Amino acid sequence: MSQRQLIEVTTFCTYHNIEITFIRELAEYDLVEIVNKEGKEFFYFDKIPGVEKFIRLHFDLKINMEGLSAVYHLLERIEDLQQEVRTLRNRV
Amino acid sequence: MEFIDYYKVLELNKSASQADIKKAYRKLARKYHPDLNPDDREAQQKFQQVNEAHEVLSDPEKRKKYDEYGKDWEHAEAYEEAKRRQKAQNGRTSGGTEGGYGYHTYSGAGGEDFSDFFESMFGGAAGGRGRRTTGFRGQDFNAELHLDLREVYTTHKRTLTVNGKNIRLTIPAGVENGQTIKISGHGGEGINGGPRGDLYITFVINNNTGFRRDGNDLYTEVEIDLYDAVLGGAVTVPTFDGKAKLTVKPGTQGGAKVKLKGKGFPVYKKEGRFGDLYLTYKIRIPAKLDEEEKKLFEALKKRRS
Repeated sequence: MSQRQLIEVTTFCTYHNIEITFIRELAEYDLVEIVNKEGKEFFYFDKIPGVEKFIRLHFDLKINMEGLSAVYHLLERIEDLQQEVRTLRNRV
Repeated sequence: MEFIDYYKVLELNKSASQADIKKAYRKLARKYHPDLNPDDREAQQKFQQVNEAHEVLSDPEKRKKYDEYGKDWEHAEAYEEAKRRQKAQNGRTSGGTEGGYGYHTYSGAGGEDFSDFFESMFGGAAGGRGRRTTGFRGQDFNAELHLDLREVYTTHKRTLTVNGKNIRLTIPAGVENGQTIKISGHGGEGINGGPRGDLYITFVINNNTGFRRDGNDLYTEVEIDLYDAVLGGAVTVPTFDGKAKLTVKPGTQGGAKVKLKGKGFPVYKKEGRFGDLYLTYKIRIPAKLDEEEKKLFEALKKRRS
């Protein structure tokens, strides 16, 4: 299996003009996993779209961390339900 | 082109204060934000309407103009022209200079995200004045990708051309018919410097394989001859990616089902995991019998009755 690519937290934060603490807070709420390597913080490349979504929800809509955590789980449930609906629709 | 009641869009009345507008906007933006309403085009449209209403009502100048012309906005130009002429006439009679009734034409990028009504009244999306501090994502694009069931049995890469741009896409094995995947950042341009929208690709999967797919499980019928069904035997059956050898139990009935574990369809994004294959036996009855065979069957019938 191929190794998952990582992006350095500071690189990502500079690009999006956000504080590093935002990513650390996301990690505290299990919304992203921070990987420590050689004294630097990274997160997985495939999580970028998800983290960008949290940025939009937090900064555009003023949703706090608790809210983001709730939204994350509800969106996951929606996705599961949509998958189930698709399976049922294909069965009909 | 229909008049859009921006107050109604924000669920406010005309006397709403700036604080009311801000509050209503925040509430509705949260309700209809595209990130919170995946694959919901109606919510996306409402989100754009809410943004547009906020764009107008949160800017005192635009709000004034909107309130002044109200439903007669179509006559706004004629009204302005009449006022201008009257002013010019007054100017000439009083010896003054022609007064300018300049009203602002707002132009800027992202106009395609605003209604015709907005464009007609304000000449495009927000420009310098009343500019939102928050940038919003651009419009999401939707596309369909038609594939055969065989093609989605294995993970593969494909290059798509969407709006003149080539996008290299990995299609994971096990994608469902009707499933939508998101390609971030390949949608329309952002509004007010916001990020680009996303591209949603919906898979339409044609099945001409002889296997019925239900989620990760596959179903098919297998013909066995009468003698194997009665006496038992070994048969070779088709699986999705090859063949399998099966032992048929003596006395197997027509319609009996056999499950081949792990011989179904790949589970989406769960590498190495597969659903099951369900085979239904269909018994092939000999249609033409020679005289000797007929006698044997009759003897058998006599013995069994």
